[in-house]
Amino acid sequence: MATATPEAVESRIVEALASFGPDIEQVTRTATFEELDIDSLDLVELAQIVEDEWGVELKGDDMKGLKTVGDAIDLVVARAA
Amino acid sequence: MGRNPLSTTDRRGCALVTGASRGIGAATAKVLAADGWPVGVGYNSGAAEAEAVVKEIEAAGGRAVALGGDVADTAVLDAHFTALEERFGTVLVLVNNAGVRRDGLSPQIKDDDWAAVLETNLGAAFRATRRAIPPMLKARHGRIVNIASVVGLRANPGQANYAASKAGLVGMTKTVAAEVARRGVTVNAVAPGLIATDMTADLDGELLKVVPARRPGTPEEVAACVRFLASDEAGYVTGATLTVDGGMSA
Repeated sequence: MATATPEAVESRIVEALASFGPDIEQVTRTATFEELDIDSLDLVELAQIVEDEWGVELKGDDMKGLKTVGDAIDLVVARAA
Repeated sequence: MGRNPLSTTDRRGCALVTGASRGIGAATAKVLAADGWPVGVGYNSGAAEAEAVVKEIEAAGGRAVALGGDVADTAVLDAHFTALEERFGTVLVLVNNAGVRRDGLSPQIKDDDWAAVLETNLGAAFRATRRAIPPMLKARHGRIVNIASVVGLRANPGQANYAASKAGLVGMTKTVAAEVARRGVTVNAVAPGLIATDMTADLDGELLKVVPARRPGTPEEVAACVRFLASDEAGYVTGATLTVDGGMSA
């Protein structure tokens, strides 16, 4: 399983989110999922990627509070530590 | 094999029908194969019958594979999906048909009668649905059809466990349908009434009195409805429960 350095997590999450539709330049730490048109099903897909890459299991309640790209990155980094 | 006008499938993918060695499941596997889907024919006890279904499909020019084991066991279910994915691609049609009955008036239904019926009829259907959905979301296409029962909609003394499992399927169908609708994945239920199968062979003529059509339905009549719900043409039908009951629940 890959080491979850903050840089690695950020890079993979940004890449995954961009694959769901938005231009990769738009996917910044402060961008909200709403602005990026990333919906709850996209986040389910993201959770699967995160689990496969780093073994971090995100449940529905964990995902509820996520508003921005930075929120997701920080959560995964904290959980993987 | 002639293509039905409801045909879905120049898509690369396949169908899984649980409990398909006989009855409604077998009839459904055959019509989905006729529509061009490679089909996983799930079975628990009826290995020879499942192989016969596969042979019949192959003889008609279709593709199918028999998949044995108890779908109430998550590992078995997962192995079915993996086998189909490796051989035919994404499971784009899932028909949750495997079901059991352990009848008795409520005071006589033991804990294990309750648990076994809920686990197989509802629990396995949920877990199969959960396993099927992520690849369907990625494919932006999927069809899940849950075989419920008219007993999930109206009373039938002696089947509290069965009724609870089937009513549960109807509720699960609606909510999962709403969750995934925006990705082109539909989830529907078919609620058969009295259908002439091995599973109902012990039921006598008494029940026919409440069937306005005054005859039992056939597995093929149920399969025809599943075939429609699995087709492209049914893309705007989701969260629905289609009764196939000769008017029993009307």
